[in-house]
Amino acid sequence: MKELVEVLAKALVDHPDMVTVDMIEKEKSYVIELRVAPDDMGKVIGKQGRIAKAIRTLVKAAATKERKKVTVDII
Amino acid sequence: MNVVERTGKTVDEAVEQALQEMQWKQDEVEIEVIEEPTKGLFGLLGARPARVRVKLKETTARRARDIVNKVIQAMNLTADITVTEKDEKIIININGKDLGILIGRRGETLDALQYLVNLSANKNLEKRKRVLIDIEGYRKRREETLRKLAFKLAEKAKQRGRNIVLEPMNSMERRIIHTALQNRDDIYTFSEGEEPYRKIIISPKK
Repeated sequence: MKELVEVLAKALVDHPDMVTVDMIEKEKSYVIELRVAPDDMGKVIGKQGRIAKAIRTLVKAAATKERKKVTVDII
Repeated sequence: MNVVERTGKTVDEAVEQALQEMQWKQDEVEIEVIEEPTKGLFGLLGARPARVRVKLKETTARRARDIVNKVIQAMNLTADITVTEKDEKIIININGKDLGILIGRRGETLDALQYLVNLSANKNLEKRKRVLIDIEGYRKRREETLRKLAFKLAEKAKQRGRNIVLEPMNSMERRIIHTALQNRDDIYTFSEGEEPYRKIIISPKK
């Protein structure tokens, strides 16, 4: 899942080398934290969060095998 | 591998060598001459071959395939990807086992993938091309289902003499229904509401 976020984010931004993804395991969920260059924020969020929503949809699909919930935070 | 360097007696020969080896076509590469050949004395002494760098051009299709490939790997799936270009459109077909999770409920995941691939594959390119993705013929089957649904609900609207409201659909799906019913003179269709909750209404003509 972490890898998936990384692949997608790097494909979307102008500065792929500035993309970092961390996955934190909590009791009932995973939290994936995505960080990108400040001027790339729009590229991973999109108008009205459309891009962010699409990323989350794919991550949710990847997480169906897991028992835990996954959230993606763009920081 | 998208870049190779080759040598040959002439520049053309070096390029030809690279193209053959990599099975690339002339029009999909950029060529950079690193060193012109020198003949040397009597064509022997000090002769140096031509050296060229042949680079595969970045195209929407190539990028799209690359991203789809990476996504599939990152999701631990195995699939066959075929890419075809037709009328300025790039069509990617994904086939394999257990790809249901990549389609999602009502194609929701497939649409998200298609949206993201469109954005990233066209990023910073002057000429944009639309990328259409299908998985295991899902879109075809869905189109058939929607057409049947449209005909069935049109009958219902006519019989009851009342509006029939469909559930929310995206623009592509709505278009399929509008198109399926556009030639009827007993009912008509229109959409209402805001995306992503926009839905079709089938209404009997009086």
